[in-house]
Amino acid sequence: MPNTEPCLDIQGLVKDLGPVAALDGKMVRVIDGVHLRAFPGQVTALLGANGAGKTTTLECAQGLTRPNGGTVRLLGQDPYEAGAGLRSRVGVMLQEGGLPQAIRPIPLLRHVAGMYRSPRDVDALIKRLGIDNFGNTPVRRLSGGQKQRVALAAALVGDPEVLFLDEPSAGLDPQSRAVVFDLIQELRTEGLGIILTTHLMDDAQRLADYVFIIDAGKTVAHGTVAELTKATDESSGVERLLTFDSRPGLDLAGLAGLSVHETVPGRYTVAGNLIPADLAALAKFWEEQDIMPTAIHMAPRSLEDVFLDISGKGLR
Amino acid sequence: MKAPASLARRVLLQGRYETMTMLRNGEQLLIAVILPLMALVGLTITPLLDEFTDSRIDMAAPGVLALCAVSTGLTGQGIATGFDRRYGVLRFLSTTPLGQSGLILGKVIAVLSVLAIQVVVIGVAALLLGWSPEPGGILPAAVQLILGAGAFTSLGLLIAGTARPEATLAITNLLWVLLAAAGGLLFPAASWPDVYEPAAQLLPSSALGDALRSALMDAEFNLTASIVLLAWTVLAGLAAIRWFKWS
Repeated sequence: MPNTEPCLDIQGLVKDLGPVAALDGKMVRVIDGVHLRAFPGQVTALLGANGAGKTTTLECAQGLTRPNGGTVRLLGQDPYEAGAGLRSRVGVMLQEGGLPQAIRPIPLLRHVAGMYRSPRDVDALIKRLGIDNFGNTPVRRLSGGQKQRVALAAALVGDPEVLFLDEPSAGLDPQSRAVVFDLIQELRTEGLGIILTTHLMDDAQRLADYVFIIDAGKTVAHGTVAELTKATDESSGVERLLTFDSRPGLDLAGLAGLSVHETVPGRYTVAGNLIPADLAALAKFWEEQDIMPTAIHMAPRSLEDVFLDISGKGLR
Repeated sequence: MKAPASLARRVLLQGRYETMTMLRNGEQLLIAVILPLMALVGLTITPLLDEFTDSRIDMAAPGVLALCAVSTGLTGQGIATGFDRRYGVLRFLSTTPLGQSGLILGKVIAVLSVLAIQVVVIGVAALLLGWSPEPGGILPAAVQLILGAGAFTSLGLLIAGTARPEATLAITNLLWVLLAAAGGLLFPAASWPDVYEPAAQLLPSSALGDALRSALMDAEFNLTASIVLLAWTVLAGLAAIRWFKWS
């Protein structure tokens, strides 16, 4: 980690939501032990399945809701108690955009820019994100990708030091995605601290300098993508994953030397520090059993594998 | 160094923005200006008010001004805020330098601006129809109208902050019709059966209608109605603060 002050520091976060009618009006502890540090000039990703607590964590970080426990420091201040001064240094793109539906993008961005003493150049921002093509169409008639771009522009218009992006690639067409991802890289180079949530492996692997994996309201792992996908489990030294598809219910006794599991019927996973001899052993096993696998795939561990190891639940 | 624009500038910008949004919305304009104008003309050319007064327009105009406060505060702000809440607009603006307090102050400015426009439009139309308000009642009427707008805006925000926007739309439109027809806005509560009258006088709509009629017809300060109105403003305001959900 760089030797600078974190722009966001969350320790031991606890948040109860509710009351929930289905649980006799009890509160539900949706966050119980999230910790997270983000630094300027870095993209920090919160990775987790839907409902893991990513958005609630962001709401606490943005000062939209008061945590029930733990500490949150945003640019050294408590975001819930801080005023307009702190908010002028932070840009937020909400998951659903948070845009008024009846207004047109360009007047909207000018309106939001008016809230800041020295906003970004609105025209340049509009051009950079290609909003000029639909700048006078009411927000409600825009596509999902166009709305995302307007929401990103609205988050950036105050020229923030810290940028929060909740699921930035949700609903993006490939063209919008390229525009948005390029801009995120550029902003990182400018020195912004960027904190984003995603349930997409691709996003985290492409964008993030540092990843916090959130599961069931807790930070369960963190590191750079490279660190996380390297051996995390020292005892098994897992580094690669090989999967093959064949008929269900194979007798795996002939592969005693390898760690093989039938993860779903007909799909087999071989995990380990695989060496050429292991592949030869596999091929021999297939020959003996007279099997021709319908698919074979081998790759280094991905973030998804790390996530599966930790939570036992799949991500999309 | 990054800094927010001044509080006054943020609030004025938001007030102007919300005012323009309300004025540009067709349905809002209908319920804020067109329907009150139709009510004014209707009450003047039909004998509906003849059992209470010799001068239809003098009784119709204060009631229609009271109806305007319900249009803008309850129905207008209720629906606009309900949908802004659904689409996350309230949360987004809360993260900008505007903040939650700036949002609310902006709404106050928007309600007062739209109300001012309504007063001018209804006032001019009523004068053309022969209205002669009591000069001594104009200032108390203005104060009571603003108090009434405060009560109905608080009620509108309370509904918008607790119900789904579709429900808010239905409830506030229905309330507008019910209060206009039987809530003491256009017709004094005295016109209703004896069992209903005391209860009706406790309604904010009836209190506002009576207060404006007393002021503009007789240059009287209606203390009872003003107390009822103030109580509704305080209670609805506290309830909105307590139960309003921003997301």
